[in-house]
Amino acid sequence: MLSKLFTTGALIFVALSTPVIAADDKIVITGSSTVAPLITEIGKRFEEKNPGVRVDVQTGGSSRGINDARSGLADIGMASRALKKDESDLKAYTIARDGIGVVLNSANTVSTLTDQQIVDIYTGKISDWSAVGGTQGPITVVNKAEGRSTLELFLHFFKLKASDIKAHVVIGDNQQGIKTVAGNPNAIGYVSVGTAEFEAGQGTPIKLLGMGGVAASVENVRNGSFPLARPLNLVTSKEPTGMTKLFIDYTQSADTHDLVKEQFFVPNGP
Amino acid sequence: MSRTARDTCLLLGLSVAAIVASGILLLIILFLSTEAWPVFSQVGLLKFAFDEAWYPTEGAFDLKPMLVASFAMSMLSIMLAAPLGIASAVFCRFYAPPVFRRAYQWIIILLAGIPSVVLGLWGLTVIVPLILMLAPPGASLLAGSLVLALMIVPTVALTTQAALASIPQFYWVGAAALGLSREGTLLGVALPAIRSSIFAGIMLAMARALGETMAVLMVSGNVVQLPTSLFDPVRTLTANIALEMAYATGDHRSALFVSGLALTVLVFILAWVARRSGGQVVHA
Repeated sequence: MLSKLFTTGALIFVALSTPVIAADDKIVITGSSTVAPLITEIGKRFEEKNPGVRVDVQTGGSSRGINDARSGLADIGMASRALKKDESDLKAYTIARDGIGVVLNSANTVSTLTDQQIVDIYTGKISDWSAVGGTQGPITVVNKAEGRSTLELFLHFFKLKASDIKAHVVIGDNQQGIKTVAGNPNAIGYVSVGTAEFEAGQGTPIKLLGMGGVAASVENVRNGSFPLARPLNLVTSKEPTGMTKLFIDYTQSADTHDLVKEQFFVPNGP
Repeated sequence: MSRTARDTCLLLGLSVAAIVASGILLLIILFLSTEAWPVFSQVGLLKFAFDEAWYPTEGAFDLKPMLVASFAMSMLSIMLAAPLGIASAVFCRFYAPPVFRRAYQWIIILLAGIPSVVLGLWGLTVIVPLILMLAPPGASLLAGSLVLALMIVPTVALTTQAALASIPQFYWVGAAALGLSREGTLLGVALPAIRSSIFAGIMLAMARALGETMAVLMVSGNVVQLPTSLFDPVRTLTANIALEMAYATGDHRSALFVSGLALTVLVFILAWVARRSGGQVVHA
C-alpha cells in the first residue's frame, strides 16, 4: 500500500515537473518549407538527446523565416537561399546544400545541353532530339508538380514561370522521376543530384548532365562549384546562446548527416 | 436480462454505430468545406470552372480537366473490367472444373489484395514502356485505365459470384423443368435475376476507381489537360491532391481541398445513380 502510494506520488511529481522544464526550453523555428522536413527530423533527434527540450517547427516560406528571426517571433529562421545584401544584419548557418541535376536516359546520344537548350526544351520550342545533336525522336519533358522545392529551384535558375513549361509527364518525388526517365529513351527530367548519383551508381540506365562545364556530382554541390544548387540556412538575429546555440551546432554536426541524406540534400562535411 | 431489455440494448448499440458512421462522414464533409472555404470566399467558385488553366501558385484554378480525367479514367476502366469480371464469375460458376475453380477463386482474391502502389510500380515499369512503343510519352489515360481495370476486376467478379450463389434453388429447378439449355438458363434466367446486384458491384468498383490515387499517380503522366486521345497524359483529382498537398500553402492548399470536395460530389452522384437504377431486388 505504502509503496503504491509512493509510486503514484512519484508519477504525479514527474507529470507536474516535465512541462515546467519544457516551457523553459522551447526552440521556435519558422520559415522555408524546403528546410522544414529536415529540421523536424533533426529536432526529434535533438529532443531525444536533450530531454525536456521542445523544438517547434512551422513553415511559411523563406521570407517568413527571415522576418521572424529578425523580429524575434522565432528563435531561428529557415531560408532555402543565401542571405541577400540587405539582410547582412542577420547571421546564417548553412546546414546542408540542395542541388538538382538534369537527367537523360543512358541510351540518349546527347551528352551536353546548354542552359538555353534546356529552356527551349522545357518551354516546347525544341521538341525533337535531332535539334540538339541527338538521334531523331520526340522529346518527353518530365516536370515536377507545383510547390516542390526542386521545381522552384529549377524555375528560379532558368528564370521561368510554372506556366511557361510544356510538360508531357508530371511527377511527384525523385524516385518516380528516375523511373520515368529510365523507362523512356527520349525523356528528359531533373531530380536531386544526391538521388540521381546514387541511382546511376546502382546501374539504373540514367545519366546526369553537367551544367556550365561543371559535372553534376554530390562533391561539386558540396564545394559550391555546381551552379544549379543552393544553400539551406538557419538564420538568427544575434549571436545564438544557450539551447539555440546547442541546436545550431547540432544541425551542423556529423550526427545529422544521415538525416540530411534521407531528404536528398548534401551534407556540409565529408 | 429480459427479452425487451436485450432488444433495447441491441437497438441502442446499433443506433450508436449508425450515428457514428454517418457522423464521421458528415464531419469529413464539414472539414473539407471549412478547409476549402478561404479560397471560395477570396477567388470565388467560378474560377474553378472557368479559369484558363491550373497554376495554383500563379492564381489559376481550373478544375475541369481533372474532373474530366477522373471521370474518363474510371469509365474506361469499368468498361474493361465489367465484362472481364462478369465473364470470369460465370466461368467459375458454370464451366470451370472444380480444381481449376478453386485455384481461380484464390487468384481473384489475391488480386483484390495487391496493394495499389505495387500495381502502380508494375504499371510504371511494364505497361508504360509498352505504350511508349505505340505513342510517347507512355504515361497516359490508357495506362491509368489499364492498371485501374486490373484493380477493380476482382470487385466485379466477387460481387457477381456472390450474387450467382444467392439465386434461389427453384430458379434452377424451374429452368431445368422447362428443358432450358445451360446457356439458356444462364442468359435467360440467372443473369437477369441478378442484374441489380451486378450493377451495384459495378458502381462499387467505379467508386474505387475514382478514389484510387497511388497507382494512377504513377502511370498516368499527371499533366493537367483535357485529353484528346487515349495516349494523352492526364491528371486525376486524387493525383492532384497527392502530388501537391505536401508542399502547398495558403490558397493553393485550400484549392486542393476544393479538388477533394469535387471528388466527393462525383462519388455522391455515382451513389445516387446506383440507388436509382439498381436499388430494387428482382428475385425473391
